[in-house]
Amino acid sequence: MSLDRAKPLLLPLALMLAFELWARLTHLQSDSLAPPSAILAALATALADLSIPVATRDTLFAAFAGLAIGSAIGLALGIAFGISRPLDRLMEVTVEAIRPIPSIALLPIALIALGFGYRMEIVIVAFACVWPMLIMTRSAVRSIEPRLMEVSRALRLSAPQRIAKIVIPAALPRIFVAFRLSAGIALIVAVTVEIAINPIGLGAGIMLAQQALRADLMLAYLVWIGAIGYALNMLLIAAQRRLFGRAALAGDNP
Amino acid sequence: MKRTAILWRLASALVAAGFIAAWQLVANLKLVSPVFLPGPDRAWAALVRGFSSGDLAGKLIGTLEHMAYGWFAASIAGIALGALIGSSRMMRAYVAPSLEFLRPLPVSAIIPVAIAMLGLTQGMALFVIAFGAIWPIMLATIHGFAAVEPRLYEVARSLQMSRTAIIAKIALPSALPDILAGMRLSLTVALILSVVCEILAGLDGLGHWVLLSARAFRSADLFAGVILLGATGYLTSIAMSLVEQRLLAWQTAAR
Repeated sequence: MSLDRAKPLLLPLALMLAFELWARLTHLQSDSLAPPSAILAALATALADLSIPVATRDTLFAAFAGLAIGSAIGLALGIAFGISRPLDRLMEVTVEAIRPIPSIALLPIALIALGFGYRMEIVIVAFACVWPMLIMTRSAVRSIEPRLMEVSRALRLSAPQRIAKIVIPAALPRIFVAFRLSAGIALIVAVTVEIAINPIGLGAGIMLAQQALRADLMLAYLVWIGAIGYALNMLLIAAQRRLFGRAALAGDNP
Repeated sequence: MKRTAILWRLASALVAAGFIAAWQLVANLKLVSPVFLPGPDRAWAALVRGFSSGDLAGKLIGTLEHMAYGWFAASIAGIALGALIGSSRMMRAYVAPSLEFLRPLPVSAIIPVAIAMLGLTQGMALFVIAFGAIWPIMLATIHGFAAVEPRLYEVARSLQMSRTAIIAKIALPSALPDILAGMRLSLTVALILSVVCEILAGLDGLGHWVLLSARAFRSADLFAGVILLGATGYLTSIAMSLVEQRLLAWQTAAR
């Protein structure tokens, strides 16, 4: 059993060790590579002088604000489209026309309208988060057991009551899966916007490190960004298991 | 049934036309400064102008090229590596967890590293696009190979098929739906990364075009570029659906 647990770790550890040895033996001098020990040292320094924590705060703030706005819009539209089939059909062409626009293509528009900073980043993240939320909420609402809706009709619940008491609770496990996916997208889009153009956060930090030819710091940022992405994903999966147990896993493969 | 579907579609197109009319109205009344928001008439005129002068077509081809090369490279490498890892239990135990660990990494974070290694070049863009697009394909292939009906493998063993024959005749066809789904996902990733690389490295393409238009406050050209990018995303995804339907026809028929 303990061997099975060690197996996944073996490959990365061996690779890192080999790379460290190779870098030491060849006295590596490079603008793009650095031995793992130097990367860890750079990470520790950047954590201690607060440059990485501040950048992390900026990135996560923009990502979460965009996620909150985008998933709220996506949720509202998804519920509306899921409940009302005519509305969904009427909006079909509009949604199909806007959805395929790559979120990053909105970057220049957001740039001239809002300038650099949080606002334009939040808008782009929000745009990217609307679609997975909308599509998955819509299908979650549509697949609600029809008898539940009959019950709500028999109880003469008003529309808002029906949404709050029947639709949202019944669709919640799958909505949370959509939220988890959106959170991952939010982080990716936020970092991408920062790398492309916006001078705040982790993405800007890694670009600065590259331009300063600090390979160790650049790779330290890369490792850190990877760790944040991994931690966020793990956190949301744990929350999903805890909140919904098996119900959520069923919705993972729609 | 078919008739009502067409009617709904028409009504839906009318709604979309209504939105465009509203956009025109907002632009005409100058509710939003025309510097930021051109009307659809000006965006359309910019689109036509761009194509008739050949500028925009060249940029579109540039973006499509980046996307296609990166995506093809990623598809071939992703399927090959995925098959290699997915078809061996040992590789699955040792390698797959590391890949899963890397999956939530925002792939754009690899761009600075690629710039440091390869400079602001075409090669850098291709590397980044291929690197980003390979993950969904490779992971889908591994998953597809791992999910092959075990009895099929038993049959293959009793027929004494070689490993390559097993991969080509049993595992690949059975994993095809997963692989195609991964390739579809990668298509979007490839388009996004193409745009980002063009913006960063100033490579010839729509990303560069929209950025330059924004810098010069030529909002009509900017919107023309964004519309083209949306159309690219839409058409490539439709093309992928057609390919999927064709390649998976045998499966739906069997069911």
